[in-house]
Amino acid sequence: MSPALRRGIGVAALVSTAATVWLGLWVTPPSTQQGNLVRLVYLHPAIAWDALYVAFGLSAVCSLLYLWRRTRSLFWDRLAAASVEVGVVFNALTLVTGSIWGRPTWGVWWTWDARLTSTALLLVLFLGYLALRRVPAEPEVRARRCAVAALVAFVDVPIVHFSVNWWQTLHQNATVLNADLSPRIHGSMAWTLLLSFVALTLAFVWMVTVRYRIEVMRDQVGEEELEVSLAERWAEAELTGAPPVPAPGPSPEAEVSPAVPAGERAGSGR
Amino acid sequence: MAPAIHLRTAVALAGRFPALSGVDLSADSGEVVAVLGPNGAGKTSLLRTCAGLLAVTSGEAVVLGHDLRVDCSEVRRHVGLLGHAAPLYDELTAAENVRFAVRAAGCSSARAEPALERLGLVGRLRRTTVGRLSAGQRRRVALAVLVARAPALWLLDEPHAGLDAGARRLLGELVAEAAAGGATVLLSSHEPEVVEPLADQVMVMAGGRVAEWRRGGRRALRSIGTGVGTGVTDVA
Amino acid sequence: MWRDALLVAGKDLRIELRSRVALWQVLPFAVLALVLFAFALGPSPVAMRRAAPGLFWLAVLFSTVLATQRSFAVEAGEGTRDGLRLSGLDPAGIFLGKAAAVFVQLAALELVLWAGVTLLFGVRIHATWLAVIACLLATVGLSSAGVVYGALSAGLRVRETLLPLLVLPILAPVLLAGSRAWSAAIDGAVSSGVGWLRILAPFAVAYLAVGVALYGPLQEAG
Repeated sequence: MSPALRRGIGVAALVSTAATVWLGLWVTPPSTQQGNLVRLVYLHPAIAWDALYVAFGLSAVCSLLYLWRRTRSLFWDRLAAASVEVGVVFNALTLVTGSIWGRPTWGVWWTWDARLTSTALLLVLFLGYLALRRVPAEPEVRARRCAVAALVAFVDVPIVHFSVNWWQTLHQNATVLNADLSPRIHGSMAWTLLLSFVALTLAFVWMVTVRYRIEVMRDQVGEEELEVSLAERWAEAELTGAPPVPAPGPSPEAEVSPAVPAGERAGSGR
Repeated sequence: MAPAIHLRTAVALAGRFPALSGVDLSADSGEVVAVLGPNGAGKTSLLRTCAGLLAVTSGEAVVLGHDLRVDCSEVRRHVGLLGHAAPLYDELTAAENVRFAVRAAGCSSARAEPALERLGLVGRLRRTTVGRLSAGQRRRVALAVLVARAPALWLLDEPHAGLDAGARRLLGELVAEAAAGGATVLLSSHEPEVVEPLADQVMVMAGGRVAEWRRGGRRALRSIGTGVGTGVTDVA
Repeated sequence: MWRDALLVAGKDLRIELRSRVALWQVLPFAVLALVLFAFALGPSPVAMRRAAPGLFWLAVLFSTVLATQRSFAVEAGEGTRDGLRLSGLDPAGIFLGKAAAVFVQLAALELVLWAGVTLLFGVRIHATWLAVIACLLATVGLSSAGVVYGALSAGLRVRETLLPLLVLPILAPVLLAGSRAWSAAIDGAVSSGVGWLRILAPFAVAYLAVGVALYGPLQEAG
């Protein structure tokens, strides 16, 4: 991605977020039932959308594309890593904003609501992926390991969702987030809500691209280090006193000569 | 015929470290190659690369007809690697270990018995769990696995270390027999005087590549046609 | 694949019979966990009986982590890990064999724990068949997911700490569905219990399929 495009996305994200803040805090009216608390609707659903659908979906698709031989490329691995890392931040923000909303509304910071519980489980799954990424390894090995882990975790998501949902319905706890964060919406509120989705998705994309670039640069550093250690390895060979080009093979009268003449072999490396 | 091992300026990474920094090697089936060199020269890495356990990142690498840069897992079932740590289960007996390895390779477990006997693993030794054997005895069990599996490529990483004179003689015989049977053998060591007589080619490694190449004693013997006494029959 | 699976399972179980690590370490740990849970709950029999299904499955979950760690510890020597890769065994076969061995060990452990909750917590199960089916389905899921993650973290230096972090959130639905199904079995509420089996079954099938499909790449990445 060109730097100009990345910068463009960044600026667009900044402008649209600023517009959302302005519309959300000053232009839109407070709700009759919830007062100013309703303004969280311009933040929380959009963040949750990015964290739960965009980030996790993107990383699953990227992991699949990495594991599939025909599309295997480190591009997918880096993109998966970037989207998970940004996704973890968004996921945490989802929980935090949900909590901030839940405290005044329900009097508790946390309740074992189905969505809350599965979102929290997702966060832990994401964190496990990031922990796995931090284990040092060659880029290809790490990419494969993490792609498998992401897919294996992805299989769990619907099962977690259904089991938690059902667990919840059987126990009839208060459902916090299901109905109330989407009160009757009209006029300026609808537009602001829509804008918030655009703004936060742009912010998400921008962060992912920046994060992707860091990943590329990291790998470049790795490659440069590899060049250096390769050079050192060559120097090692010379230090031990052995010439890089061996004395021309054994005496010619021997009947079978090796398939590749010795003189050619060691010399062709550079 | 295409050589059993063909490496050309092959670079292989162990983690982020270029364990092989451009190795050339060509070995036909029935050949024995001795790999010499100081610690850290890349001997073990060369063997592991040929086994398809290290990723080749540049250069050419074709082993037993499989291009390692395309797929390094296919070659593995045709390779027998004897490393520093023998691939054995401590809780199983010598016989059980050999039988498991043979059956895993898809062969009949009947091949285990002759191999155990060949390595002198009879009576009590055969029934003892491997965890209670000495290092040299473990090496014997691992060799019995190789003999029973009879892979097309034998990769022996310092097999002489810690073996007594009798076992060394036996090892020499096994290597010669394997080569006579058409297998290719790579043999790493610190002791040139021990392995050079066994080998057709001798390569000395340093810094992850070949620093020196010479002929080994086996080729000399074969070319004069006096393979007698070493158990070598000329296959060339 | 099936032949390889049998071979690997036989090998793993034979090693367990010789070393008795599951018998003398994992099993006592699970029983100990039950006792500790009882201490944490206090001596009220009512509270204990209510908590018993959850505690049973928590103990099983922790034992799963230990059992899969053990399953890969026997392959941990560098030689053996390479050995498995060089063995010519089908990766799917290795997965099924290892999962089967873990399954057998966990199933035996559950029998003992079952006796444990009956004796220690005074639990009486009305719908025994429901509890048994829940155990079977859950154990297939636990052992296959456990082996998948065991293989994933097998070669890593940080495996002891990483494996629980990776695998426990994945196993959360089993804990949930297993303990709810057991509660239903205790109360004799068959219909809600059967509903929970519908979570356990897809979990088991999904992770069996994932393991068979992805064990090859997993082994490379370990």
